[in-house]
Amino acid sequence: MTLPNDSLRILLLDEQAERFPVMEAALTAAGYQVVGKVTTADNIQAAVERARPDVIIADLDSPGRDTLESMQALNRKQPRPIVMFTNDGDRDTIQLAVQSGVTAYVVDGMAPDRIKPILEVAMLRFQEYQKLRDELELTRLQLNERKHIDKAKGLLMKRKGLDEAKAYALLRRMAMDRHMKLAELARSIVAAAELLE
Amino acid sequence: MNQSDTINLGYLPLLDAAPLLLAQELGYFTDAGLKVSLSREASWANIRDKLCAGTLQGAQLLIPMLMSVNLGLNRVHAPLRSSFVLNQNGNTIIVSKALRDAMKILNPEALASPHTSVLTLKRLLQQRRERGEAAFTFAVVYPFSCHNYLLRYWLAAGGIHPDHDVNLVVIPPSQMVAQLNHGRIDGFCAGEPWGQLAASMGSGHSLLSTYEVWHNAPEKVLAVHGDWADAHAEQYRRLLTVLLRTCRWLAETTNREEALLLLAQPHCLGTEPAFLHWGWLAGKHNFHQHGANHPWPAHMAWIVSQMVRWGHLPDAKGAVELIDAIFSDRLFRTICVQEGLALPPDNAPTQVGYHAAPWQYGDASLGADRFIDGIRFDSSAITEYLRQFAISNLPGE
Repeated sequence: MTLPNDSLRILLLDEQAERFPVMEAALTAAGYQVVGKVTTADNIQAAVERARPDVIIADLDSPGRDTLESMQALNRKQPRPIVMFTNDGDRDTIQLAVQSGVTAYVVDGMAPDRIKPILEVAMLRFQEYQKLRDELELTRLQLNERKHIDKAKGLLMKRKGLDEAKAYALLRRMAMDRHMKLAELARSIVAAAELLE
Repeated sequence: MNQSDTINLGYLPLLDAAPLLLAQELGYFTDAGLKVSLSREASWANIRDKLCAGTLQGAQLLIPMLMSVNLGLNRVHAPLRSSFVLNQNGNTIIVSKALRDAMKILNPEALASPHTSVLTLKRLLQQRRERGEAAFTFAVVYPFSCHNYLLRYWLAAGGIHPDHDVNLVVIPPSQMVAQLNHGRIDGFCAGEPWGQLAASMGSGHSLLSTYEVWHNAPEKVLAVHGDWADAHAEQYRRLLTVLLRTCRWLAETTNREEALLLLAQPHCLGTEPAFLHWGWLAGKHNFHQHGANHPWPAHMAWIVSQMVRWGHLPDAKGAVELIDAIFSDRLFRTICVQEGLALPPDNAPTQVGYHAAPWQYGDASLGADRFIDGIRFDSSAITEYLRQFAISNLPGE
């Protein structure tokens, strides 16, 4: 993409620093310039003053948002980031931000329609990234569950002299009787066994 | 009970979230037939956005934010309201070890009182200016907060202009210790247990509690979205009833140890009970006694006066007129009657700062409410009140 975007400078505020390359690549591909990347542990105010961004894309869950907002409310020095949803009662935009986990600040009253496409890119990337993370987390959990179930099965086989199929059937029946998830029951069996060792 | 009956309440991990966390831990919400889900949030901006979006029905909120969000001062507007103060006090002012040492060298008595410390600070600032050195930087947690207004009040009482003579910045509480260590800030005002964490790690010195600046300042409120409150009047009443009962439980010193152990759990505050204990003492947290939970309109009017004093609001009139709608004590009174608690007379006092010790107002015992400089406030004469201050951002200053 071309000219209108070239001049727009973007600063990223994100607690998940591993997301920076993804965001930077997407925004650069869309023709924007990423002029800074900060987390809450950095000196945010100094970074904003140094990088002089037009727009700040912020992870909704970054504690550093309170610092950004204070620059608008308190600091007389330039620049002054202003939270994007500027119209009273613009609840839809806020709902969208809350759902997507990303929000934007414009610096010194840039026209809101200029940042809409940036936000769209950012929201899309955030959601994709989140989905990937969620999937990874799920896989990790499932692996953990499998490990616990296998361990519990092994314990039952040893203690009760059962074969694998019978031990698994017993585990399933116990879980059903107790209205517990299989993995949950397996975890408590493993924990109890560790305790009694 | 279906999903829509769940009340989502947001909080920041601070000692003054105790009424919410303990109501959940002690099972008081469940006992009252309420399904409450507590959500730990990362920033005040987040809490505001989620209240506005309806993802949260209620939240622990900085009392000045109740006003700033209703007025849309940070560009996001939501009709929030509160009829319950979660606690009074709770904040401390911390300075770096280096600043403390510099103060002591200049004046061995510097740390003796909040008066001597601020006067010494002023002399230090003068010295630095004469030498062409940078002014000190102090951090607060949010622009519209008692931390900000009480730190400003203390500085100004000592002759220091908070916008001209020092740098004020906003930093999330979780970053205060690190930034103090890095030398990016020279001091901060935050809710406990952050001050005690800084002190225990050897990076900060606990200079004073904001109690010294204004005795028993209201600190956090339980704010709800007006739409939710209107549509769920019965749930809202029960919610406040539970919080009042929890605050009474918290006020019993015999429950202190259990409270600290519950709060220390990883899913609550995740901080050592010892820090919470020190934080409680240093912050002089008051969760119930002396009418602490009562939404006093004059307290909110004083906060409005400070917003005007520092140029955060052009004038007090509109904001003061809003107080009855957003910070009314009507529901609170109903609940006190229902719980058999003593109630002060109907006409709430307009004056603040007249009492250096607890005092009796009708049937109710109220707390001391003195300001550090002894100046008294009357919500019916805010303009005249503000004229007394040599240091402010009022037009014409």
